[in-house]
Amino acid sequence: MSSTILQTKNIYKSFQDPVEIPVLIDISLSINQGEFISVIGKSGCGKSTLLYVLSTMDTDYQGELLIEGERMRGKSEAELAIVRNQKIGFVFQFHYLLNEFSVLKNVMLPGLKLGKYAAREIEDRSYEKLKMLGIEKEALKKPNQLSGGQKQRVAIARAMINDPLIVMGDEPTGNLDKKNSDIVFETFQELATQFGQTLLIVTHDNEFAARTQRTIEMQDGRIVKG
Amino acid sequence: MKYSLLLDIARALLLARWKQTLVAAIGVTFSITMFIGLLSFMSGLNDLLDGLILNRTPHIRLYNDVKASGKQPVDLAAEYNGYYNFVHSVKPKNRRQEIYNNTPIIAKLKSDAAVSGVAPKIVAQVFYNIGVVSLTGIINGIDPQEENRLFRFQDYVTGGNYQDLIHVPNSIILGKGVAEKMLADIGDVIQITTPKGARIQLKVVGYFESGLQEIDKIQSYASIGTTQKLLGESDIYITDIQIKLKDLSLAPELARQYEKLFDVDAIDIQTANSQYETGSSIRSLISYSVGITLLIVAGFGIYNILNMMIYEKMDSIAILKATGFSGRDVNRIFTAIALSIGIFGGALGLAFGFGLSVIIDHIPFNTPSLPTIKTYPINYSLKYYLIGGMFSVLTTYLAGYFPSRKASRIDPVSIIRGK
Repeated sequence: MSSTILQTKNIYKSFQDPVEIPVLIDISLSINQGEFISVIGKSGCGKSTLLYVLSTMDTDYQGELLIEGERMRGKSEAELAIVRNQKIGFVFQFHYLLNEFSVLKNVMLPGLKLGKYAAREIEDRSYEKLKMLGIEKEALKKPNQLSGGQKQRVAIARAMINDPLIVMGDEPTGNLDKKNSDIVFETFQELATQFGQTLLIVTHDNEFAARTQRTIEMQDGRIVKG
Repeated sequence: MKYSLLLDIARALLLARWKQTLVAAIGVTFSITMFIGLLSFMSGLNDLLDGLILNRTPHIRLYNDVKASGKQPVDLAAEYNGYYNFVHSVKPKNRRQEIYNNTPIIAKLKSDAAVSGVAPKIVAQVFYNIGVVSLTGIINGIDPQEENRLFRFQDYVTGGNYQDLIHVPNSIILGKGVAEKMLADIGDVIQITTPKGARIQLKVVGYFESGLQEIDKIQSYASIGTTQKLLGESDIYITDIQIKLKDLSLAPELARQYEKLFDVDAIDIQTANSQYETGSSIRSLISYSVGITLLIVAGFGIYNILNMMIYEKMDSIAILKATGFSGRDVNRIFTAIALSIGIFGGALGLAFGFGLSVIIDHIPFNTPSLPTIKTYPINYSLKYYLIGGMFSVLTTYLAGYFPSRKASRIDPVSIIRGK
C-alpha cells in the first residue's frame, strides 16, 4: 500500500530570461501509492513547473526523476509518451477536450492509444468511468455542449481510463465556481479513498489543500513543507 | 502502432474543418484536371501533327540519288594510288533512277524481322496538260493495297475510292490542287505528257488531299503498272522502295546497313524530318511544365490550410501529447490529413480530367488541310493518369511535410501553461 511510485532526487531547473533564474531548486520528494497530495504556494513559486517536470512533459531539468524506480532521464520523446500514456493521467485548469469527438470518444482516446484492450472493451470501461463520475448521460454529446464542471469531470474520466499510477492535476478547480469545485474535489476524494488512486494536485486554493492527506508547500522554487 | 486510431483522429480533424479541406481538395482536383486535360490534348495534337508527316513517310526509303561518284577514275589508277588526287568540277554521271535487282531486295526485306512492311514506288516527272498550259507534276506509281496498309493512303483520298486504281485501267488519283486547276471531276479523262514526249490519257478516279497544299498542287497517284506504261518501262522498273519498320528508332542504323547491303541510297525518317521531332518534344515539355506548375500551386494551398489548422488545433495537439501520443503520432495524423486531401482531390481530378478530355474530344474541329479529322484530337494514354496521380500524392505529401513536422514539435507544456 505504501510503496514509492514516484521519486525525485535534487531536481534543479532554471529559465534563461535573459539571466539565469532558478525556478526549481533541490527538489527531492517521494510519492507513495494511494496518497492524495496537494501542492500549494504563491503564483510563480514553481509548483506548476514541478508538475510538468514530474509529468515527463518537461525534460529540461537537472537531477533525477524516477517513476516506479525507472529513470526518466535519457528516454526518447516517444518512450516518454508511452510512459505518460500508461502511468500518468492529467487534469488541467482547462479541460482540453477535443470538440471534434463525443465525450465518450474523448475518454476512450488514451485507451485506444494504449491498445491494451479491444475497442469495445475500452468503450465499456469509458462508460463505466463516466458513470462513476455521474455524467454517463452526457456520453454521446460533444464537449462544447457541457457545463464547466461536467467538462472537468470528463477530463478526470479521461485521466482515469488507463488505470494510471498517478493522476496529476494543474489547478483543476481553478476555473470553476464553488459548487463545481466541490463536486470535483469530492470526485478526487472518492477516487483516493474508494479506489486507492494516487493523486497529485497543484492548487492555490488553501481550503482544497487542507482537505487532502498531504500538502506540499512551495516557496521560491523550494519545498518548504511536506 | 494503431494506425486506424491515428486515421480516425485525422478524419475527425478533417471533417471539423470540412470547408477548408474542400477548398484544398478542389485546388488539387482542379490542377490534376487541367494537367490531364492539357497533356491529353497536347499529346493528341502532337500525334496528329506528327502523323501528318510520319504516317505517310516511310521509315527508310531506298532510292538512287543523282550525285557524283564517290570514286573518280583517277583513284582507281594504280600509279596514282597513294597520292592526293584533286578533281575539279565533278559532274554526276548519267545513272538510271531504277533500283537494280529490286525483286530480290524486296523479297529479302520482307523476310527481315525488323521490317513490318515494304511497298515499291515509282516517282515519275510529268506535265499535266490543260489546253495550251502545261504544269509540271509528279505521278507516284504505287501498289494501292500496300500503300494503304502501311501509310493509310485511304485517309487522304477524299473523293473516289483508292481501289479503283487497281480496277480501272489507266486511272489516276489527282492531287486536290491539280484537280482544281484542271477542272477535272471524277470520271473525266485528263492528258499528261511524259518527259520523253509521250502523251497519255488517264481517267480520274479520285482526289488526294494530304493537308500540305504544296504537295497537293503537284502530286498525283497511279498504280505501278500504269506508271510503268506511261514511262515506257518494263514491269520490273521501280525507283523507290519504302520500308516501314516495327521500331521507328532503329531507322538510322538499318538505313546504313541497307545502303551497304543493297548498294543503293537510303534515307531514314529521322534525318528526313528532324524538325518534327524537335517540335513535339518542346510542346510536351511546355505542357508538362504548365501542369506541374499547377500542381505546385495547389501544394501551396494545402500547405497554408494545414498550417492554419495546426494553429487552430494547438490545444488538441497539446492534449494528445499530454495523454501519450508521441510527436511521431501527431506527425502521422497531419501527414494523413495532407495525403487524404491529395488522394481524394487527385482521384476526383483524374475523373474530371478524363471528362474534360472526352469533352474536348467531341468539339468539332474541321480543317481543310486535315480531311480525316472531325474533332479535336485527344491522346487517352494511361501514362498521364499515372503521372497525375503520382504527382498529386507527392505534392500533397511535400506540402504536408513541414506543417506536420511543426505540429510534431509543439511543446505541450508551453501551450498548456500559456493559458
